[in-house]
Amino acid sequence: MSVDDRRRKAERIRHLLDTEGDSVQGNTQVFNEGRYESTADLEDYEALKDEARAIKEDAIERLPELVDRVTEAVEANGGTVYVADDAADANRYVTEVVDGRDVVKSKSMTSEEIEVNGALEASGADVWETDLAEFVLQVADEAPSHIVAPAIHKSREEIASLFNEVFDPDEPLETAEELTRFAREHLGERILDAEVGMTGANFVTADTGTLALVTSEGNARKCVQATDTHVAVAGVEKLVPSVEDLQPFVELIGRSGTGQDITSYVSLFTPPGDSPTFGGDGDLGSGDDREFHLVLIDNGRMEMREDDDLRETLYCIRCSACANSCANFQHVGGHAFGGETYSGGIATGWEAGVHGEDSAAEFNDLCTGCSRCVNQCPVKIDIPWINTVVRDRINRGKNGNLDFLVEGLTPDEEPGGLDLQKRLFGNFDTLAKLGSAFAPLSNWVARSSVGRTVMERTVGVDSRRELPSFERESLVEWFEDRGPRVSPDEARRQVALYPDAYTNYVRTERGKAAVRVLEALDVRVDVPAAGESGRAPFSQGMVATARSNAESVYDALAPAVAAGHDIVVIEPSDLAMFRREYERLLPEDDYVALRDHSYELMEYVYGLLENGADADALPDGDGQGVAYHSHCQQRTLGLEPQTVAVLEARGFDVTTSDVECCGMAGSFGYKSEYYELSVDVGESLADQFTTDETADRTVVASGTSCLEQLDALLSRRPAHPVRLLDTR
Amino acid sequence: MSTEPLASFESSLDEVGVELVRTTADRFESALAPLVSTPAVGASLPFEDVSLPDAVETDPTVAELDAADTGVTAAGYGIADYGSVVIQGGADGEEPVSLYADEHVAVVAASDVLPDMDAAFDRLAEDIRGGTGQAIIATGPSATADMGALVKGAHGPMDVTVVLVEDR
Repeated sequence: MSVDDRRRKAERIRHLLDTEGDSVQGNTQVFNEGRYESTADLEDYEALKDEARAIKEDAIERLPELVDRVTEAVEANGGTVYVADDAADANRYVTEVVDGRDVVKSKSMTSEEIEVNGALEASGADVWETDLAEFVLQVADEAPSHIVAPAIHKSREEIASLFNEVFDPDEPLETAEELTRFAREHLGERILDAEVGMTGANFVTADTGTLALVTSEGNARKCVQATDTHVAVAGVEKLVPSVEDLQPFVELIGRSGTGQDITSYVSLFTPPGDSPTFGGDGDLGSGDDREFHLVLIDNGRMEMREDDDLRETLYCIRCSACANSCANFQHVGGHAFGGETYSGGIATGWEAGVHGEDSAAEFNDLCTGCSRCVNQCPVKIDIPWINTVVRDRINRGKNGNLDFLVEGLTPDEEPGGLDLQKRLFGNFDTLAKLGSAFAPLSNWVARSSVGRTVMERTVGVDSRRELPSFERESLVEWFEDRGPRVSPDEARRQVALYPDAYTNYVRTERGKAAVRVLEALDVRVDVPAAGESGRAPFSQGMVATARSNAESVYDALAPAVAAGHDIVVIEPSDLAMFRREYERLLPEDDYVALRDHSYELMEYVYGLLENGADADALPDGDGQGVAYHSHCQQRTLGLEPQTVAVLEARGFDVTTSDVECCGMAGSFGYKSEYYELSVDVGESLADQFTTDETADRTVVASGTSCLEQLDALLSRRPAHPVRLLDTR
Repeated sequence: MSTEPLASFESSLDEVGVELVRTTADRFESALAPLVSTPAVGASLPFEDVSLPDAVETDPTVAELDAADTGVTAAGYGIADYGSVVIQGGADGEEPVSLYADEHVAVVAASDVLPDMDAAFDRLAEDIRGGTGQAIIATGPSATADMGALVKGAHGPMDVTVVLVEDR
């Protein structure tokens, strides 16, 4: 990416932060908090998710057979099924069916995907969106910014001035109530007059030809009931085998999306329905002659089904939990974090599949891989993995010359032409090794104004961001000189402390503290020389390099595992590599061996204390107030409580943050195009640690990025929690 | 049937802002009267010895439907866990009657209150395969937050009341 491209991207993000950010943030957080509350009430949440996923896996596997079955079922009911290859094919068919008549539509992202409104209007039909948010966008001539709440970026005040300007009502509209009443009446007349009702479908059952529509307003019901012809458009992936299969989705979709236990209406229509229609003479007409057309849309989906990495996208039920739980989405919304149609975490998969990689490329880098969406997805899609794979494909699609500037820094497995910035951050291990070898000179050069300007211009490292300061002596070198202090015979356990690149070369103090804390608890520690985990290249979409890093790490740690020692990891994002991502990068046996023997540092301390280690060997917190920020990947792994428990057991008074992510997210916060978004997200965390209740507390954070971000945004200097337990 | 689903039905309805009125067939008319404000529309009820008062128009014009304060229909069953009623039916006008009036009164037999979504989907699947073309799982009033705050009655009713007939 050129300097100008970066500047343009930064400008666009700044504009959206200023104009849409507040509305998006307020609204997505209501959904997000609602989801946490509503899913906590489910006794069998995990089992329900497993069931939902199994149904989708099975349905996508058997998709061609289900298309045949639903065709039989719908035709037996008296309706028609049309399988459309692509958007043009679907629009041609729908336009023929509509034949210039007036159409009322309920919300459907699939219809946005094919842009059917434009095609119908070109053929002379009037088309009205009856979902209130879609209606607002239709009046404003804007695209959706969220897959469930398409006008989430608009405030009530903006909608009021839009309506007052366009419709010029007798009394200016102001309250949400007035706006809703106005839209209801305005659209009510359109519904009365229209002859065609168009809907999407959240699910379609192959056995009976039943459409499940998940809504709250009632407009979809009206669109179907009032009109003589019902046209439903749905991606082929919406098929499930039977009516019974709808049950887990009905219980999960509202909770996952807007945080409601269930939406006002889940309509199960087996069309054509015989509810009375609105005839022209003022009487209710007979619904017996209602026509029904189900348009099943391929538009790239059958190819996605054959694609081992994109296939999971087809399990998506478009609930928006991945968008709502994403810190970046919360701050900038779908007009930045989305492609032609779809927005939020899973949008990369959809856009890559239906519109192509170019559409996905525009926003793909906004996924930082923080993984907060992973546990929120009701069908357990590994969304960060899809984002990484697509990033890798985008990287590989580019042509260009390997730049001489970073050639020495990039002993990687990637194709020539890969973006220089990605290559720099992806090879952080090499950079850190050199930085350490030439410290303090390297730190001095990197901080010089000339150095910063060069870095900003060539690789887009934002000059407003403080750079890490490399230590001359690495943690591994320090430990080699010092040696272990607990003899194997007296040791409670033996561990290999994994020296991640940051701990090894930059934040050596937390590594030394970790060694001393473990030794105080009678653990014999070794610090083997093991390279970077692969997190750095992985986050840049450099999957081949990540795999080669993972293999080296495994080779370095395998002897310890074979000897029955435990692996202790300080950096949560590296532990997440071992426990999650290595499944994709290492042979299965190696992955399982490493996963089963690896522990996060404070998780391990917790385990030691639970199993009889002498807690009094560690300092007494004596009621000291602590404000603790866990780490996004650590929270996804369920490892926040252990740190809190250990600190509380030692007498610290702990309060925690609840933002999804700090916004720094590895290299993300250093990139000049994303710097302002990173700081905007970080401010939400800083706000939580500068309240009356938290302003005087000692700030601790588990992750490197979190520490860097908090350091930049707070006047207090944050530290890793293990430093509070350091016996030194 | 055990009283447990009924108690849970009542508390779930309360959570979604729906009043539950318990009655029996012989007291149905007096129980319904205070819930019906005219003009009112309705779809005939399928319960023996239970019928709608004359004030309720069961064959409305479009204008009468649009102007109605109250719409009364039967519900095929209730789902206790969620406080939902399932609105079935077709040609008799259950759908427009339950959708256009400001207030929807849903009449459900106590014996048709099912404990949870699992039980409801067993029944739904059976009904759909048996030819029921439409089943709306309706929970509370119509609502939207699209205009900047939660508003009831976005397109459908802004109030819902459930009348439970206990000797069925």
